[in-house]
Amino acid sequence: MKFLGYKLVRLLILLTVIAAISFIMIDLSPIDPVRAYLGEMSNAPEQIEKLSAYWGVGVPIQDKIVGWLEDIVQLKLGTSLIYRIPVTQVIMEKFTASLVLMAVSWVISGIVGFSLGIISGAKRGTWIDKIIKTYCYILQSSPAFWIALIVLIIFSVWLNWFPIGLAVPVGVMAENVTFWEWLHRLILPAFTLSIVGISSIALYTRDRLVNIENSDFFLFAKSRGEKHWSIIIKHGIRNVILPAITLQFLSFSELFGGAVLVEQVFSYPGIGQATIEAGLRSDVPLLLGIVLVSTIFVFVGNTIADILYKYVDPRMRGDGDE
Amino acid sequence: MNDNLLTVEHVSISFTQYLQGLEQHILKVISDLTLSVKQGEIVAILGSSGSGKSLLAHAILGILPENAICEGIISFKGDPLTQEKKEEIRGKHISLIPQSVNFLDPLMKVSQQAIGDAKDKEKTLKHQRKIFEKYGLGKEVDDLYPFELSGGMARKVLLSTALLSNPELIVADEPTPGLDEKSVNETIKDIKKLSEDNKGVLLITHEIDVALKTADKIAIFYSGYVIEINKTENFKDSSKLLHPYSKSLIEALPQNGFKLTEGVQPHEDVEGCIYYENCPIRTDFCEKNKPELVPYGNAMIRCHNFKKEENDES
Repeated sequence: MKFLGYKLVRLLILLTVIAAISFIMIDLSPIDPVRAYLGEMSNAPEQIEKLSAYWGVGVPIQDKIVGWLEDIVQLKLGTSLIYRIPVTQVIMEKFTASLVLMAVSWVISGIVGFSLGIISGAKRGTWIDKIIKTYCYILQSSPAFWIALIVLIIFSVWLNWFPIGLAVPVGVMAENVTFWEWLHRLILPAFTLSIVGISSIALYTRDRLVNIENSDFFLFAKSRGEKHWSIIIKHGIRNVILPAITLQFLSFSELFGGAVLVEQVFSYPGIGQATIEAGLRSDVPLLLGIVLVSTIFVFVGNTIADILYKYVDPRMRGDGDE
Repeated sequence: MNDNLLTVEHVSISFTQYLQGLEQHILKVISDLTLSVKQGEIVAILGSSGSGKSLLAHAILGILPENAICEGIISFKGDPLTQEKKEEIRGKHISLIPQSVNFLDPLMKVSQQAIGDAKDKEKTLKHQRKIFEKYGLGKEVDDLYPFELSGGMARKVLLSTALLSNPELIVADEPTPGLDEKSVNETIKDIKKLSEDNKGVLLITHEIDVALKTADKIAIFYSGYVIEINKTENFKDSSKLLHPYSKSLIEALPQNGFKLTEGVQPHEDVEGCIYYENCPIRTDFCEKNKPELVPYGNAMIRCHNFKKEENDES
């Protein structure tokens, strides 16, 4: 419990710092909230003056930051300039859509990546190992949006198996979408995000397993006549799985980053696309809100990784807090 | 020679190293090693730590690293062992007692590791309990993880694990370092007990004391070569030993006067006798010609001049 309390304090400090820094950055940027709000409308100077007063133009930055932090504490993130509804509501909606996408690809990339890593490590030096390794290196070095484009070209344009984008068919109200229609549109983005995530976990698993194959206890198990695959399963997986799961939790930030790009390519209306929209259209309240939420998201992943490390490994369990 | 459980003939183990680019270098760790272990006999290989003695144990069990090259013949009960054969009999007829607790999976309870991939789990666990009990490991040890074991306990766990399959030959690789005196003595007792049960033991160690107390025969390992194999009782009196290095080794023991000898073991193989650098009885012939390991009475000796020295003294 002390551990979690300590983590909570860390989170609060982190959030405060992130909130302040991102606020300062936005303030220094050429984004003008008044212009963003007005859009293309033409306005009388007195109206602009009123708006400027409303948005706090000219207020010293330290006062603005304090005001912003005070608002966050009350969970008042303001109203999105694009969607014209409270930022919290936008984030809730978009995040739910993304969460499905991210969760699916997180699980798939974890399972597939881990399995590939184990196979590759166990059969190290063989052609299957080389194929898996090459695949991982290629994926590791290609940007997510590029892979998304390739996937889109192959499966949507050439093969015509999947729609080009959007989470609902054109002309259908979001409430009326059937489960299958929704799933059909989820497959490609989830697939792309999965294969992007596979390589790091697979390479990591392979590396750990190879280390274990060179370890003394692997040698001893061999000397007692245990068979290769039996040792891989009994000793290899046992020793690799915990660090691999930990790594997978640590990859929340990459997952989020990947989702931003992939959602954009597939026009999938999730938090990633909202981020880009907010950025391109100077929706400051939404952008800052997303920054905070994604911070919490990544922090939660890291904390789970920490907890796993501390409490699941019998060597670390010991006497609780330290 | 047919009652030999284990015969090692002219075994050399080397590694290929890449220096710069494709320039290769063969690093020889064990050269031309010959020895044998009979039933109920304890043979110790005595050499300095880090000299590669453990590789012999690994070679016998077929667990050398892939880049190691092993030449020569290792036979078990007269049958030369191929890699397949080694894989078949290891753990059943030949067991390894490893060096340290690192040879146990840190994330697995010891009883589970001991039984390995046994088919009949229940039965094997019962058997494991019996053997553990025999070496004074209580029931609570079964559920401990390796990091929870004390040094002495870990030693016993490794020993009982190796004995689970009731092997005929046991290769004990440095079973005593880092143990307190009581545990060392218990280990020595346990190993001697094995030979009383008519098992053969190959004891690999760098502790002279342990070798002297445990073994029937001692092979002296010097820079990759076995330079002398002699009965343990002969090691009590350096004049009964043949090789000048063995003599100086024994004379350097505290009870024998702490006589120190200058010089270090060469890291690289040399053209002639490996002991040439430091030898008190060398001749010019030794510099260019390698001595073979030859039988002399019940002992084996690798030296051109040992008889000459014997004559000088008499």
